[in-house]
Amino acid sequence: MADVSLGGAPQNVAGIQSSYMAQVQRRRLYGGLTLLILVVLMVSGFNVADDRNAGGFWEGLHQIGDYPADVVSEAWAKRADLPGLIAKYFPALVETINIAAVSTLIGALAGLILSLLSTRGLAKWPRLIPLFRRFSDIMRAVPEIVIALVLIFVLGGGPVPAMIAIAIHTAGALGKLFSEVAENADLKPVEGLASTGATWSQRMLLGVLPQVAPNYVSYALLRFEINIRASAILGFVGAGGLGYELRNAMAWGPGRFDEAAAIFILLFGTIVFFDQLSSHYRNRLTEGQAQ
Amino acid sequence: MTTADLSLEKHNADTLFRRKRLLGFAIPAVILVYLGYIFFAFDLPGLAQRANLQNAVTLASDSWSHKVHVTRNNRTGEVSYAVEGERKGTYPEGTRPDWVSGEEVITIDLGGDHIVRYLPENRTEIDIPDFPLIEVQAEGRSLLSNLPEDLPEWISASERRIGITTPEGRITLTGARTEVFNYFPGWELFWFTLDSPYHGKGFGEILFGERIDPERGNFAGALQDWWTNKMWRHQDVAWAIGETILMAFLGTMGAAILALPLAFLAAKRFSPLMLLRAATRRIFDFVRGVDALIWTVVLARAFGPGPLTGTLAILITDTGTFGKIFSEALENVDQKQIEGVESTGAKPLQRYRFGVIPQVVPVLLAQILYFLESNTRSATIIGAITGGGIGLMLTQAIQTQKDWEEVAYYIVLIILMVMFMDWFSGWLRGKLIGRKD
Repeated sequence: MADVSLGGAPQNVAGIQSSYMAQVQRRRLYGGLTLLILVVLMVSGFNVADDRNAGGFWEGLHQIGDYPADVVSEAWAKRADLPGLIAKYFPALVETINIAAVSTLIGALAGLILSLLSTRGLAKWPRLIPLFRRFSDIMRAVPEIVIALVLIFVLGGGPVPAMIAIAIHTAGALGKLFSEVAENADLKPVEGLASTGATWSQRMLLGVLPQVAPNYVSYALLRFEINIRASAILGFVGAGGLGYELRNAMAWGPGRFDEAAAIFILLFGTIVFFDQLSSHYRNRLTEGQAQ
Repeated sequence: MTTADLSLEKHNADTLFRRKRLLGFAIPAVILVYLGYIFFAFDLPGLAQRANLQNAVTLASDSWSHKVHVTRNNRTGEVSYAVEGERKGTYPEGTRPDWVSGEEVITIDLGGDHIVRYLPENRTEIDIPDFPLIEVQAEGRSLLSNLPEDLPEWISASERRIGITTPEGRITLTGARTEVFNYFPGWELFWFTLDSPYHGKGFGEILFGERIDPERGNFAGALQDWWTNKMWRHQDVAWAIGETILMAFLGTMGAAILALPLAFLAAKRFSPLMLLRAATRRIFDFVRGVDALIWTVVLARAFGPGPLTGTLAILITDTGTFGKIFSEALENVDQKQIEGVESTGAKPLQRYRFGVIPQVVPVLLAQILYFLESNTRSATIIGAITGGGIGLMLTQAIQTQKDWEEVAYYIVLIILMVMFMDWFSGWLRGKLIGRKD
C-alpha cells in the first residue's frame, strides 16, 4: 500500500492501477537497463581479454583437457612411484602449512590488537581510531605478492618473506572483521572491571575477549583456510613450500608430470582437508554461541 | 540441598576451574612451543646471513631517487649522458645536464665540491674534499692510478676496475669506460622524456603559455607525450591495471552467473534428488579444492598467458565458492513467501523468480561485491603467474632489480587500485541493498 501513498493518493481503483503499473514499468526499465549494461560490459570485457590473451578462448577450449590428461596418463603409467613422490614432497607441504599457520597466528594477534584499538568504546586512545582504521585498511589492501616479492629481494627466498607478507595481510583483514565483532560486545563487564581499577589491557583481556573469542577463533580458522591457498601461490613466485616445487616440476615439462601430479594431489588433499576441518570447528563454535 | 550435594557441587566446580586454568596455560604454551619449532624450521638464525642489507639500502634509496649517468667510452672518446643509463633516457644530441661543463676537458660537478674531470687521452681527475686529487689513466684494459696502498673503505681498486662511492655520487672506472653516477631525488622523466618538447616546462606554461610544439595544441600534445612516455610507459601501466580489474570483474560475475543455477541443484529445498545434490556439492568442493593456483597452471597450458587465463581461473574457483554460499543462502529462505506466491497460481519458475530470488538477492549481492574486491587482489597475484596485468609488470620490474622507482610506482598504483575497488564495491553495496553498517 506504500505505492498508493507515494503516488499522491489517487482515490479510484483505475488511478491506483495505472500508477502502480507505471511504477512497475519504471522498475522494469531500470532493471533491464542495468542488466543490459552488465551484459555489454561482460561481452566487451570478454572480447578484450580474449584479444590480449596469447591463445584465443575458442581455440583453447578444446585443449583444456590436454594437459590434465597428459598429467593423469603419465602419473598413471608411473603410479608405482607416486607414493614415493608424495613422501618426497611432504616436507614442502609441511612448510606451506607452517607458513599459513604462523602467519595466521601472528596476523590474528596483530589483528586483535588493531581491532581493539580501532573500536569505538574500547579503544585506548579514542582519537587515534581513524588512524588505526586507515592503517588496517592499507595492510588489507596490499596484495601479499607485493610484500613477498620485495622481501624476497631483501631477505632471499624461503618461507620467511611469505610468512611476513601473509601475516601483514591477515592482520589487516582480521583487524576489520574483529572490530566489527567487538563493536557488538557488551560494555558492562568492561565498565565493571574499570570500576575495580583494572588497566586497559586487563579490561580487554578479561572483559572483552571472553565475549568475542568464539567469533574471533572462527574468523581466524577461516583465514587459516585462505592462507593455505595464499602460501601455496606465493611459493610459486619463489617463497618456498609446495608452490615452489610445483613451479620447478612444471618447468621440467613432460617426463616429470608424475612429480606435478604428486604435488597436485598433495595440494588438493590439504586444501580439502583443512576446509573440512575448519568448517567443522567453525560450525561448532557458532552453534555453541547460539545456545 | 544437603551438605553432601554442596560438596559434590564444589568438587565439580573445582575440577572445572582446574581444567580451565590448565587450558589457559596450555594453549599459550603450545603456541610458544610451535613458534619455537618454527624458529628453527624456517631457519631464522640463518636468515641474518642470507639477508642482503645492501639490497635493502638500494631499494630504499632507489625507490625515491634517480641517477644520471655520464659515460665516457674510452675507445672512441665519446661522452654520453643518460638518465638511469637507459637509451630511452638519453639526452638528445648536443644537450647535456647543466652540472656538466667544458668542451676539451669535461667537468662534472657532483655537488659538495666533488668534481670529476674527463681529460683528453682517457685521463680522469677526481677531486674529493679532504682527499688527495685522484688521477687515473686508462690504457687498454688496465688502469694506472695514483691511489695509495691503504684505501678508505669507500674506494675499491684493482688493476682492472676502480669504484668510488661518495655521498654525492658514484664513480666507476674500467679500461673500456669511465662512468659517473649523479643521484637526484624524485622520479625523473615521470611526465615527459627528454625528447619531448614539453620536458622541463611547468604545468602553467603548458596549460596557459604559448604553443610549444607548432604542430600540436599544448594540452593535447602534452597529454600524448605523457601517455606515450617510453620511460614510465603510462599507457601500458593503465592497460595492465585495466586488465587486472577486468580479470576480477569477469571472473566474479561469470562465477556468479554460473553458480546461481547450480546452487539450486545443490540446495536441499529445491533439489529433491539426493544424488544430484551430492554430485553438485562434490563439484563445488572439487573446483574450490583444486584452487586458483592449479587452475591457473592448467588453463595457461590451454589458453596461453594473458588475462583470459586469469579470468577463467578466478571464474572456476569462485564458481565453487559461490555455489556453496548461494546454496546455503537458498536453504535458509523463508517458505512463507514461496507459499504466498504459489497461492496465486504461480508456476515453479515464477515461484523461484518472485518467491526465492528477492529473498536471497541481498546476500548474493553482498557476497559478489565482496569477492569483486578480494578478487582484484587475487588477479594481481594470478597475473604474476599467468602473465597478465599489473602483477606481471610488478614481477618483471622486481626481477630485473634495476628500476626500483618503477617498482614503487607500481606498488602505489596497486594499493590505490585495491582501495578504489574496496570503496567502489562498498558504495555499490550501499546503493543496491542499503548500508548495513
